Amino acid sequence: MSPAAASDMVAIRSRYADLIKHSRRQSVLPIALIFAALVYIAYAMHVFEVPKLIENLRVDRGVILATDSFAHKYHIVKRFKTGEIEVSLEGTRGQEFEGSYPEWVQVDSQGFDVDMGDGVTATVKGNVVEFVVPGIPPLVVEATKDGVLFSGDLPEWAKYSPRKFEARPSLFKRIQVTKTKVEVHRYFAGWENFFFDFGHPLNGKAFTEVAATAFSSERIFPDQSNWQSIWNGIWHNKEWQHKDVFRALLETVIMALLGTVVASVIALPLAFIASSNFNRNFVSRMFIRRCFDFLRGIDTLIWSLIFIRAFGLGPLTGIMAIVFTMVGELGKLYSEAIENIDEHQVEGVKSTGASNAQNYAFGVLPQIMPVFISQTLYYLESNTRSATVIGALGAGGIGLMLVQTIQTSKDWENTLYLIVLTLLVVILMDVISGWLRRRLL
Amino acid sequence: MTTAESFALQLSREEKKRRIYGVLIAMGCFYLLFKAFVIAEDMNSGSFIKGMSQFLDYPADILKDTVAPDANWFAKFRSYIPAMIETINMAAIGTLIGGIFAVLFAFVSTRNIQVWPPLIPVARRMMDTMRAFPELIIALFLIFVLGTSPVPAIVAIILHTTGALGKLFSEVNENIDRGPLEGLQSTGANWLQRMRFGVLPQVSSNYLSYALLRFEINIRASAILGFVGAGGIGTELRKAIGWSQGADISALFVLLFLTIIVIDQLSSVLRRKIIGQDLKTGKLT
Repeated sequence: MSPAAASDMVAIRSRYADLIKHSRRQSVLPIALIFAALVYIAYAMHVFEVPKLIENLRVDRGVILATDSFAHKYHIVKRFKTGEIEVSLEGTRGQEFEGSYPEWVQVDSQGFDVDMGDGVTATVKGNVVEFVVPGIPPLVVEATKDGVLFSGDLPEWAKYSPRKFEARPSLFKRIQVTKTKVEVHRYFAGWENFFFDFGHPLNGKAFTEVAATAFSSERIFPDQSNWQSIWNGIWHNKEWQHKDVFRALLETVIMALLGTVVASVIALPLAFIASSNFNRNFVSRMFIRRCFDFLRGIDTLIWSLIFIRAFGLGPLTGIMAIVFTMVGELGKLYSEAIENIDEHQVEGVKSTGASNAQNYAFGVLPQIMPVFISQTLYYLESNTRSATVIGALGAGGIGLMLVQTIQTSKDWENTLYLIVLTLLVVILMDVISGWLRRRLL
Repeated sequence: MTTAESFALQLSREEKKRRIYGVLIAMGCFYLLFKAFVIAEDMNSGSFIKGMSQFLDYPADILKDTVAPDANWFAKFRSYIPAMIETINMAAIGTLIGGIFAVLFAFVSTRNIQVWPPLIPVARRMMDTMRAFPELIIALFLIFVLGTSPVPAIVAIILHTTGALGKLFSEVNENIDRGPLEGLQSTGANWLQRMRFGVLPQVSSNYLSYALLRFEINIRASAILGFVGAGGIGTELRKAIGWSQGADISALFVLLFLTIIVIDQLSSVLRRKIIGQDLKTGKLT
């Protein structure tokens, strides 16, 4: 194909002028829209003070949080004044090692010697701390009554001032010296004490050892069998609170399930009253429809706040809030489905001399059943998510637990655990409702 | 007995069996629900019957405060309008930026547009993950890192919106007519031109109507996020409820209710205009 000559182009252009010509609106509108969007984004950045927020952003805090959510650390502390040495998990009370320390910690009367992995060691003798990192000369820090003394080259991962010496050669190793104490942190990946809490005899045992204990006849606790004590140890774990977590999950699931099912059962008969082909009475029809709008418009948030006052904390509040919103939401959808049914089928059933009840059962219900089932199942999944949110506002369940762990910010691995569980439940509900939908329709 | 009779007998037997199974399953479901209700009642701090009788107490208290002579309700109503505007702004910016990301994700994850095939499953799984996270969790986490400000809530809304809209947008993309695309390709148009003149005109109206629907949802979400400290009307509502200031609570309720209704109506009018008919939306989260 040869390219068109210039004269042909002109001819084509003049012949199809109205097709080729761009209307001004068509060419300007997209650019104007993009411009408006940019202006709005700039305005919002200004209003919400985004630049200031970015300036104040604590990246290091985020990194520490992120590390804490999947790792645990050992604290080895020596207080110079009393000379006492403490080895503990996460530095919390009740988790101190007595007598038997991890094998990478050597304690003597003078101080301690910690092997931090990758050739990094920290040695404390009296008031002198020697920190050895491969590749650079050892860093020697001395704590005196007036402050911390350090001389020599400072690597970029260390900070020194007369009040404090701090070094963190990698994310998993940290040392801190002040005039009163030296603190060494060594991190390990993974969640500690997930199965057995710190005081439990089976804490820190490998899986095979636990399995062997389960089958051995020698009892850990004399009053219960080994299977029982293993189960109780896991279920009543003080740090991870598996029992409370699963109770909370159950609460959330019950909220979503009961709320959705009860709402759909209430909404179905009301939907018949609200649809024009079954109810010729204008007043009652409009009344029910406005009720649906009202229930939907108020929103789950406000309903849950009202019900918390009436029912107190707990799943009932969440159930009622979901029921009230969902009756409005589902009622509207069902009544639309009822208005859209095929009248022929109803007439056909009627013509066989069916009674009124039979007419509904064989003429109407089979037609709206697909909508009924699919919408109810769709909302089951989304209500699981709302139940978490309502829970966080005070109704209880996993949502409340999550808010509490985040706000106390004690242990981020607990928070991560709860987040993962919540996500799993939401995904599970999605999978189940999708499966049921495929089976039933 | 003739074959027809025995067949009818068998049929009625089958029918009976089916009915019995149906009744049994229904009874089982009912029992489970009842059991769940009992568990819920047990876990709850207040009981159902007592709660039912107290249900109207709280609204009555609020109403009493509202009509009290020194309530000054309209002044309060007006004073909360800036907070409502902040909430609307949070939802709008979240929907806008989330929508832009969603368009990018949708183009990457659609088979017949072919940006780069290996990226399709990756983009889809990313959208699934973003959708599964409740906004509240992301907002709570970010509030902890960034401090109380509307920005964490906006980021949370952006993430969830990207996941939810991205999926809907990519479904729209899957259903386009490939004719215009092929026509443009035959004229030697490059990829950008093909997208601009072949795809966008086909999808833009659906995109807009889904985005408007999402905006409605996001207004509710940003009101809720205010409750955990993200600012806007939610924060004001939590304060008012904490101090049990009935007139303030009712002013905020009414303001929120009116805003939601007005925006729902506006967006449904707009949507009808954009696609020329009432859109049956189904579910959107």
